[in-house]
Parts: sequence; structure tokens; C-alpha cells
Amino acid sequence: MAQAYSPGLSVTDNIVLAKQRILPLKGNVLVKKGDKVKAEDLVAETFLPGNVLPINLANKLGVTANLVIEYLKVQPGQIIKKGDVLAENKGLFGLGLFKSRVVSPIDGEVESISQHTGQALLREPRIPVQIKAFIDGIVVDVIPEEGVVIENKSAYIQGIFGISGEVTGELKMLVKDPNEVLTESLIDSSCKDKCIVGGSMVTLKAIQKAIEVGVKGIICGGIDDQDIKALLGYDIGVAITGHEHLGVSILITEGFGKIKMANKTFDLLKRFEGKKTSMHGKTQIRAGVIRPEVIIPLEFDDADLVASESHMPMLEEGTIIRVIRQPNFGVIGKVTGLPEELHTVESETRVRILEAELENGKKTTIPRANVEVIET
Amino acid sequence: MSGEQLKRIIATDCGSTTTKAILIEYIEGEGYRQTIRGEAPTTVEAPLNDVTRGVVNAVQELQELARLKYKNENITFLHDGPSGEKEIKIPRDGDNGVDAYVSTSSAGGGLQMMVTGVVANMTGESAERAALGAGAIVMDVVASNDKRMNHEKIERIRELRPDMILMAGGVDGGTIKHVVEMAELVSAADPRPRLGAAYKLPIIFAGNQSATDAIKDTLADKVELIVTENIRPTLENENLGPARDKIHDLFMEHVMQQAPGYHKLMEWTRGPIDGKMTNIPIMPTPAAVGNIMKTIAQEEHIEVLGVDIGGATTDVFSVFTDEYIFNRTVSANLGMSYSISNVLASATLPNIIRWVPFEINESDLRNMIKNKMIRPTTIPALLEELILEQAIAKEALRLAFIQHKEFAVSLKGMQQTRDISQAFEQSTSGATIVNMMTLDLLVGSGGVLSHAPRRNQTVMMLIDAFLPEGITRLAVDSIFMMPHLGVLAEINPTAATEVFNKDCMIMLGTCVAPVGKIKPTSTALSAEITLPDGTVFKEDIPFGEVRLIPCELGKKAKAKLVPGKGLDIGAGKNETREVELDGGIVGIVLDTRGRNPFVLPSDNSRIPMLKKWMKEFKVYPEHILN
Repeated sequence: MAQAYSPGLSVTDNIVLAKQRILPLKGNVLVKKGDKVKAEDLVAETFLPGNVLPINLANKLGVTANLVIEYLKVQPGQIIKKGDVLAENKGLFGLGLFKSRVVSPIDGEVESISQHTGQALLREPRIPVQIKAFIDGIVVDVIPEEGVVIENKSAYIQGIFGISGEVTGELKMLVKDPNEVLTESLIDSSCKDKCIVGGSMVTLKAIQKAIEVGVKGIICGGIDDQDIKALLGYDIGVAITGHEHLGVSILITEGFGKIKMANKTFDLLKRFEGKKTSMHGKTQIRAGVIRPEVIIPLEFDDADLVASESHMPMLEEGTIIRVIRQPNFGVIGKVTGLPEELHTVESETRVRILEAELENGKKTTIPRANVEVIET
Repeated sequence: MSGEQLKRIIATDCGSTTTKAILIEYIEGEGYRQTIRGEAPTTVEAPLNDVTRGVVNAVQELQELARLKYKNENITFLHDGPSGEKEIKIPRDGDNGVDAYVSTSSAGGGLQMMVTGVVANMTGESAERAALGAGAIVMDVVASNDKRMNHEKIERIRELRPDMILMAGGVDGGTIKHVVEMAELVSAADPRPRLGAAYKLPIIFAGNQSATDAIKDTLADKVELIVTENIRPTLENENLGPARDKIHDLFMEHVMQQAPGYHKLMEWTRGPIDGKMTNIPIMPTPAAVGNIMKTIAQEEHIEVLGVDIGGATTDVFSVFTDEYIFNRTVSANLGMSYSISNVLASATLPNIIRWVPFEINESDLRNMIKNKMIRPTTIPALLEELILEQAIAKEALRLAFIQHKEFAVSLKGMQQTRDISQAFEQSTSGATIVNMMTLDLLVGSGGVLSHAPRRNQTVMMLIDAFLPEGITRLAVDSIFMMPHLGVLAEINPTAATEVFNKDCMIMLGTCVAPVGKIKPTSTALSAEITLPDGTVFKEDIPFGEVRLIPCELGKKAKAKLVPGKGLDIGAGKNETREVELDGGIVGIVLDTRGRNPFVLPSDNSRIPMLKKWMKEFKVYPEHILN
């Protein structure tokens, strides 16, 4: 039987998943191998050096940098409280008239005072950084001082694009049909802390409303490019996302524009409505590709955790595909043939094609490059 | 080595999107020919993380097509290697295997860098300029005074996974604390390189030289630390050259070598040299293309400008002046798939739409571009989408060419002085050596140019983007074979040269374009062209027109060209030229639309004007232009 390799995204109700949870710098791992963890559990923590605040004492005192030393009330290494006097001059004629005084705006420590610039660097207290498990699962590996690997069995959906980082919440369907647009009128206070699901598109107003009521995540088929620009305040040039602080995480399953969410994806989400869901919008399209994910943990026994080998999705007769370029963009179909010879398409491009039956019953030919395998 | 012994050769180019394989065969009576090509998505990404899988897939396609072509089911190029995985079979045994396998690679999607500085709009900006000038995508500029918390900076540095980091900060002899503090943040983040954790991340320190020892103490154990001259030795001076050179060196030495699976690929590439089976180093794609470009210029004693537009990056190569000065730039943020959204951001929507001969909903176009970015391997099946992609390509090429002109200047590596009042300006000093009037040959390659359904489209894209002046020959790499031949030349220059002349370079024709602007009604060019079959084309062509005159490939036409009043076609203002014009598979283009300036109408006349030109160029089916 003819077959070919093709890119694909996973949509499955049952996958063994492994997630690395690593600290931004070395610290303490709080769990041990074999521990069962919940998404919100802390698995590792560390302290980062506090923020550094520069204050130019020379400027504030109105003296040259090399004279600052004469007016200091603190020394490098000294612990300080907000309001403590760092330096003060003697005032006019040394009589204390019009005295200038510089006080600390923070609690912390005096890191250094430069005689060259007259600048004091104040360091805020150390900042705790904590890493959560992100998914319910079992700790299968501990990387000493760095983090852990957590595995579980999940229903799993890979999105095509997303924004903002990791969130966890209960899955809530807001539309009845994968064609339906997620508008602001569908969102109310019952959506607080939930991961909400729309159909073919989420509008800008809906996203703003979601942020307002405290929605954790939005899962939807499409989004308009201009709405993302309006939300972020800039245009995305290269798709490296996930670091945004929008107040809500967004995961798009199909692409830009209004595109019906694939039935399979929609039905899967519907089946798991009310379940606890972990999701993120992190996307990186270049080498080392990262796609946004929806992870819905399932009950499992330890013996279930046998990961299948990674493979390249295969196109063959019967493969379920998503059309990822016009015409029929977003439509799902089934491969019915893989002719080997080149064909000329409307743009006069000579390409290898596949024959498919679309979900609306239409039979058509599509360039092989313009489909994506829906992996199960 | 005789041709008979080296009968079948496979060459691949592992691009950021696609791995392209070609079969070169020695055919009795013809010599070396490129016979079959196959391609497959590049597999440096998860879940496969192994460039060789894409190579095997592309070679598998070669094998299937070879079997079809020769009606011989016994032909095989692959066999099971020692690990049980498929690999290319060398040496050949009859129909099984090939005699040699060579490869180039640009997999990994260009150079991605993070830069750091102390003050964002001083040393941070200088570092960014150095990185951009070296062809990088700057993923982030982290500076002591940007508004993020230190722990956020650390998290960001760790998240980004750049190919390398350029650290600037401080003027020489100035305070070292801030720059050392930045090094501490980088050290705390312990950043991992993007492609593989098996090597140390290269970090270039180009800041306050007095801080060098402290920087070494902080970073040397964790990263591959390279120290070079300060890019901002004083506030008034910017010295980008040494940092740029280091970036280029590291890109070649470290980053390219880290594409997943590369170590395996390096074992596969081998062939007989002087009768002995030898490993053949994988060459970076742009280096291979550059080799071919230089060879053309030197062998034909001409000035050449070449462009290779890929999915993530656009490389421009040029050889100008009597000394054959070679320049290459990598526009790492201009490409037709991964970087297509950056083309939109850099060029802006109106500049793309100005090339489109129909009304288009702006929102649809934006979404189309974003969809191409997130699904970079798709191809335009609809004619309208092809036209839109070619409009975007013109802008990507135009912008990459601007960057090239700014880079290819007369005094390379000179220290540029900006006084404090100009410290925030982006202008580059030094006159460019790129002279479109003296340019002899413009060569295009890369998917959108090489695979355009009609070669006339390639001609139009090259002319509209580069605006050649005077008389310029145009060519295209037929199926983007220049990288393959550049590396093949390393083991068999004969095969490379033969294939280059017979199958690779396709002469499209010649463009004649008077320079200067005159009234639309005036004659811009009086041309009398005697074609090889004896027919004569004679016309006084008004300003703002295009003519396409078919002239067979390999033939020349005799031309008497009289520029309109005040215009120049290479011999000086108002000077007539009597020359031979090369034919090609498209023909001779007489372009009187103006140069210096070339202006597209911005009013209602734009679409009818575009349609008229496009009809004359025969770029698209008539029905879409009516």
C-alpha cells in the first residue's frame, strides 16, 4: 500500500506522557522518585538573587562621586529596611540647613557603592522560585538539584499555536457546536478558574471578558491575527510564544482565522468536560519545535506507563487528515488514494497529491504538503 | 577517478524546511547529468530529532522515482545499517547503492541569538546591531535597566535556548559591576543551547575589557566563552566588526554541527577520492552556494549578484569590482515560511499589497501569512495564494537586498564612529560597492524562485525586487541545485561543472532598464533588436511599460538601444548602446518603468497597471488578470 510521511498533531484520548520540570537554576527537589503528585503540587524550589536597585547617591546629594564616601550612613553588605538613611550631607555651611538625605526605598541589602559613579546598588531579598508539577502524575525521575520528570496517562491534544504559559483548571464547554464562535456573551462568572472551550473562533471581546472574570485557559479552533496584535500590543514575527503575561492562556487547535474545530478534538474535549485540565500556549515553530498542549490526566496503574516509540506520522489509505491550506482549509477528511505521479494544481504547481474524501462527503485531490495527519 | 567508476552520486541539502535530494548519474554519450530529484520534510524537530530521517525519506523518494524512470524494481539506494536503521548504501554494487554521497546543511532555521547589554539603548542596542549585522534573529535584548525583574531575566534566558549569546556592556575602563552582574544572571540561568545539550553554549563577550577576568571567573566553566574587542569601547565609538566575525565563526563551527542527527550524517557522507573511500565534510548550504557564485564570477570575469531565499532566511551573495570582492549576508528574519510573518512585520502590509493585482481583504491576507508561519511546509494550491506568496517574496527579496547593500561597503571591518548625538541613529556609514548598473548577472535560487510554476514569474520577482539597471542577464538555479554542486565540487569538480552547465543554471534572459525618470508620455527607450531568426523588433517604448521579446536559450540578439532624453542604460546619459543581448527560456525584457526611482502608482491606476505589466510578462493565466 502506498504511504508517505507527513507532519501531524496528536489528538488522543489515551497517551503516556512525560514532562520535565526543571528549575531556572539549581535548587532543591521536593519530591522523590515514585511519588504521586498533583498538578498544583510543588516539586522543586530555589531562591534567586533579589532584584538590584541602583541609586545614584552622588546625584541625589549633589556631590561628586568620589566624595560620596564621606556622607554614607551604610556600608556594603549591610542589611537595610525601607526608609533607612543611606546617605546624607551636612547641609548648608555644615549647619544642617537644606540637608539632603537619601533613604532606602526597599528592604534588602547594600550590595555595593561605587566611588567611580557614586552609585549604590541595593539588592532586594532573595526571591523564591517554585516549580509545580503542572500535571497529575508520578515522579519517574529526579535530576538532583534541578528538577523531575513526571509521567502520567492522559487524554492529550496538541494545538497548533498558543500564547501564555501553564495553567490548570476544570474543562468547561461553552459552545455546543465546533462551528460556533466563542463570544463574550457566553462567558460569565461561572467560568472563573476554568479552561473554557469554544468552536471555530474566539473573539477579542471574549478574551478580554475571560481575563476579566478570571478564566484560566481558552481552547478554540481559530483566532484572528489582529486580535492577538491588539492583545499583545505587537505583531508576532517569529512564532516563539509562551512568555506572555496575558492573564489567560490561549490554545488554538486549527489556525488563524475562523476555522471549525476538528470534530475529533471537539468531541474529545466534550467527553472530558468537568475534568481537571493542564494546558499551556507555548509555541516554537523552528527547530526544537514546541506546540501548545491540553493535558487531561486519566486514572492509571504504574504498569500502564509504557511510552510508545516516537514516529513520523504516516499517510496511507484510511489516514484521517486535516487540510491545512486553501481550498478547504480546516476541513477533515480521509485519505482514499496516494497516486505517485505528479499533478498540476490550480496554481500550475506540479506536486504530489493525495485523494481524499472530506467529512462533507466531497471527494477531492489535495497536495500532500497541504495536509496534516491527525494522530491518534 | 573516471566517470565510469563514479556512476551514481546522491547529494542532499538539508534545509530548514525541506531536505532535497538529487541523483547525479554518468550517462554514456552525455557525461554527468542530474536525473532525478526527491524531497521530504527536514526532521531536526521533535519527535524525531534526527536530520538523517528526512534524508532517508528524500532518498526513498529518489529510489521510487528511479525505479519508475528506469522500469527497474531492483534499484536500491538504501540498506539496513549496522543499527538496523536504513542508511545510504555505499559503495555501489550494480543497481544497489551509490558511489558517493555528499550533503550540505542549513537545518535549524538560521541563527538565533540573545544579546545582553548594560543600558538597553546604549550597549544593548550596539550588541543588537552587531548580531543583526551578522545575520541573526535577535530573540531578546536583556539589559540591566530593562524593566524585568532579575529572576524574570534569568527565566527568560533559560527559556529562550538561543544558538549563542552576545554579551556587551560598559565602555573600556569603566565600571565593571553591571556587566559582571549580567554575566552572573546568565551563569545563574545556565542556558542550554537550542540544538542539543551535548555542547556548551557559545557566549561572546564584547564588553568592557577590564571586566574580562571577572567575566571569565563567572562564566568560563559553564559556557564556551569567547572574548573579543568591546563593541562600545567608548560612548562615542561603536566597533561591531570583531563581534560580527566571531558570530560568523561560531555559527559555522558550533551551531551548524549541532543539528540533531548530524553526527550520523557526517559518517554517511563519503565517496572515493583518489581511489580511496573518504569521508566528505558536510558543507553549510550558504558556503556551498557562495563557492559556486565565486566560480561563475571568476571564470566569466563578470559581476554577479545571487540570492537564495529559503523558509527561514534569505542569503544574498555578490561579487563586485575588478578585485572580485565577495560579500554574503544572511537575512535571518526574512524567509517564506518560518519567517514569513517577519516579512509582513518588516515590509508592512501596504508594501506587500502593492504587488497584488486584485483587491484583497487585509485580514484574510494577515491570517494567511500567519497560517503559513505555523504550518511552514504548505504550498499554494490556489492561483490567488501563489500570487500573494510571490508578492511577499518580492518584499522579502527587496529587504534582504537592502541589508546586503548596507553590509557590502567599500571599507569592511572599519571602526565606525558615531558621536554622541548620533548614537541612536541606525544609519551605516561607508559607500556600498553594489552597483546595479555594472552588474552582469543576477542569479536567483531557493524554493519560491526555483519552483515557480512559470519561469516568467521568476523573472518578474527578480526584476521587481532587485530593480536591475542598464543591461543585466538573469538566471535561476533550476531546482535549487547550487548547494549540492558546491559540495560535489569538493570530490568531483568535473561532475559538478558538467551538471552545473547542463542542468543547474537556467538562463532566463536579459533585462534592459533605463535609469532615471521622465514624463510618462515620453519615449524611454528606442530599441531595434534583430533576433536570431532574422525578425526585427523595433519600437519607441514610452515610460512606464514592459516588453517581453522571446529569444531562444543559447542564442543572442543584436540590439541598438537608445535611451530617452536624460536616461542612462549603462554608457552614460543619452548614450546609445549597440550590444548583443542573451536569450533565455523567458527572453529579453525591456523595462521602462523607471529606476532611481521606481515608483508604483498608489491610486486607482495601480491594479490596471500591474495587470498590464503582468500580462506582458505572461506571468499568470490571463483569466486572473482580466
